[in-house]
Amino acid sequence: MQLDIKNENGTSVAYISGEIDHHNAADLRSQLDRFIISSRPCQLVIDLAGITFMDSSGIGLIMGRSKLMKTCGGKLSVHSPQPYIKRVLKLSGIERIVSIT
Amino acid sequence: MDILNEIKVTMPSLSVNEGTARAVVSSFLVQLDPTVEELSDIRTAVSEAVTNAVVHGYRGTKGSIELTVRALPEREVYIRIKDKGCGINDVKQAMEPLFTTAPEEERSGLGFSVMESFMDKLTVKSKVGKGTTVTMRKRLSAHGD
Repeated sequence: MQLDIKNENGTSVAYISGEIDHHNAADLRSQLDRFIISSRPCQLVIDLAGITFMDSSGIGLIMGRSKLMKTCGGKLSVHSPQPYIKRVLKLSGIERIVSIT
Repeated sequence: MDILNEIKVTMPSLSVNEGTARAVVSSFLVQLDPTVEELSDIRTAVSEAVTNAVVHGYRGTKGSIELTVRALPEREVYIRIKDKGCGINDVKQAMEPLFTTAPEEERSGLGFSVMESFMDKLTVKSKVGKGTTVTMRKRLSAHGD
């Protein structure tokens, strides 16, 4: 699993690649939280194009970062999930809280 | 039960073995040539069940998880994930969507919902203090479907 955060036209984009499961979610969570708390971005996009596997641990990860972004006065959105990851996202109903494009 | 092929793997309850379990299932299923979607569904369901055993069954303590994968007639896949952890007090409640006993770990409470949605059949048997056995089945589409 790899995380690369870039600033693109005033929006922070977190490119995550590899697999998101319970085993690696904790590391991802602490890296993203460190970035959110230190940089306080207005907009954070989590780009899932490079994700090859995600189970419900990814839902917890996204929901937790969405809450933290809100607390810090920003907004989180999710971009480019693969079709089979979209199914997990849809099942969770997370699109009611987080914008998925 | 008429078993065409079977693999049984026992692994310690380490979170890294969530990925190991997915890899074992993927390798075994190659012989059945599942679609990308079918394979993804099964891998996700297995990941959820093994994660439940690691996070809720053993709760950070050491134990073993037994994974059994069987190829049954008519392209049916049988999967059993068995732990000897603390067990579930109320299986019905545990299977309710969004129910979790580990919100501090950001568990979404969707594990059983994912297993139910992505597989054809799901059975959960548990005894407090003895452990939990999750059994799942899925029939793969016929070649050319």
